[in-house]
Amino acid sequence: MADTTISTPRARRSGKPNLRLWLPLLWLGFVALAAILAPLVAPHDPLTQDLMLERLPPFFIDGTEPGYLLGTDSLGRDVLSRMIHGARIALFVSLIAATATCLFGSVLGLVAGYFGGWWDRVISRLVDIWMAFPPVLFAVLLVAVMGTGLTSVIAAIALIDWTRFARVIRAETMVQSRMDYVDSSRIGGARRIATLASEILPNVLPSIIALLMLEMGIAVIVEAILSFVNLSISSDDPTWGSMIAEGRNAIHFAWWVLLFPLIALFLTVLSFSTLGEGLKQRFDPVLQ
Amino acid sequence: MTSTNTTAPLISVRNLRLSFPDRAHKSLIGAAPRIEVLKGFSIDIPDGKITGIVGESGSGKSTLGRVLVRLLEPDSGEVLFDGTDIAHLDEGALRPLRRDLQMIFQDPMSSLNPRHKVWRIIAQPMKRYGRGGSKSDAIAALTKVGLPAAFADRYPHELSGGQRQRVGIARAIALEPRFILADEIVSGLDVSSQAQVLALLKDLARDMGLTVAFISHDLSVIRHLCDEVIVLNHGEIVDQGPVAEVFDAPKSDITKALLGAIPLPELDDNWFD
Repeated sequence: MADTTISTPRARRSGKPNLRLWLPLLWLGFVALAAILAPLVAPHDPLTQDLMLERLPPFFIDGTEPGYLLGTDSLGRDVLSRMIHGARIALFVSLIAATATCLFGSVLGLVAGYFGGWWDRVISRLVDIWMAFPPVLFAVLLVAVMGTGLTSVIAAIALIDWTRFARVIRAETMVQSRMDYVDSSRIGGARRIATLASEILPNVLPSIIALLMLEMGIAVIVEAILSFVNLSISSDDPTWGSMIAEGRNAIHFAWWVLLFPLIALFLTVLSFSTLGEGLKQRFDPVLQ
Repeated sequence: MTSTNTTAPLISVRNLRLSFPDRAHKSLIGAAPRIEVLKGFSIDIPDGKITGIVGESGSGKSTLGRVLVRLLEPDSGEVLFDGTDIAHLDEGALRPLRRDLQMIFQDPMSSLNPRHKVWRIIAQPMKRYGRGGSKSDAIAALTKVGLPAAFADRYPHELSGGQRQRVGIARAIALEPRFILADEIVSGLDVSSQAQVLALLKDLARDMGLTVAFISHDLSVIRHLCDEVIVLNHGEIVDQGPVAEVFDAPKSDITKALLGAIPLPELDDNWFD
């Protein structure tokens, strides 16, 4: 038999570690650990004010106090402790909001892309109408109506951003629906919903995962924006967004209050989107 | 025109018509004009034989094939499978019949789900029709098409074109169907794989008593493989009958032209010089 030679298909997988996967995982794991263990690892209470210790610089600048690694803000609260507690809120919001957005938008996208016809027309028009609203204004409006608080922030993210999933997953599903394996699933006696769930979904899943990671990053940013404009939780509670907002007022004499949370925000969002791409490649048996 | 064979047909097609909307020439208002792909013909697919369906691209041969396994619904006419008209059955009513109406696709890369392992691709339909569905059942089907058991745990992209097409055949025969549609199944393969896949199909059809409709544009393949042949041109039948008859005494110019296109070895007198 000429065409039955056995190759070693798994050989390519080993070799150098995938940095696009491991670097973001390292940072996100670090942030997640800090968030979970916040009460244990934070050196100070994030809410304790001490006007004797206001605007202490970080450790590498003269005039600092030991124990205040990243300095203090204009009310004498420890920046590092507030960042660690802020990570809790950031990750909580991104996890819940992105998952809800993903489930809602992906299901609509899969249905529109696979069943087509009226399903597609109704869902696509809804997406068009939805996207005509300016998103930030929409979020502010929603939070204003529902009242401030984390639930409102999460609901606002899911209600605005489901269109991102619906659009991309619809297009991807349409491409997959034209493949012969969908017809051969019919030939093999599968119900339509079974074909969607067990044939098409596994092929769309890498895109869903990449988008989910992107959405987690976006959720962190949206939460920060809403905190920045004071529409998230109470302004006393430490969030990266509210720290950036406070830091902005003092940027000329205490830049560290703004810079450190900004770096944390930047690295977290970047990690999420890089991780999404990395995972997409990792789970694609063809690209592997 | 009726077929000259004596066995009863497994599939009879009567006055089959099918058209597609032509979106390229759709006016701003009103429905798009329709292009007639199958123009109302009748054919019989004899039981237990291999029937070739030939024609140039655009002749409607693949469309006809997809109607036979009811991936497409015709506009009008009858498709009698073993006496039952399946032309306008809905998907739920078709499902129990699908086990007997299998198909091997032209492009095995696209027709095998890239996310599933080979054994799952073969076993899934078996499970649905209560005909096993374990990994060892899939391996048994792989053995029948001459692939080693180790291939069960491969993904389709890890196989060569010929191997993939064998998996496609294994999936179709694993259900022990009565009819298999083979749609240009060797057109994507190199010549040596082509010969192997064709020989395999011929053996399986004989051993299992399968009725096969074999779509191809290549008359030399049809001559080698088929008992009967149907020649299509622009959605109409221009020739049909036993392969030997049609090839020896083609009735239409289309068949003559297709026969003339078979490359024959010609020995140049000066070749040795």
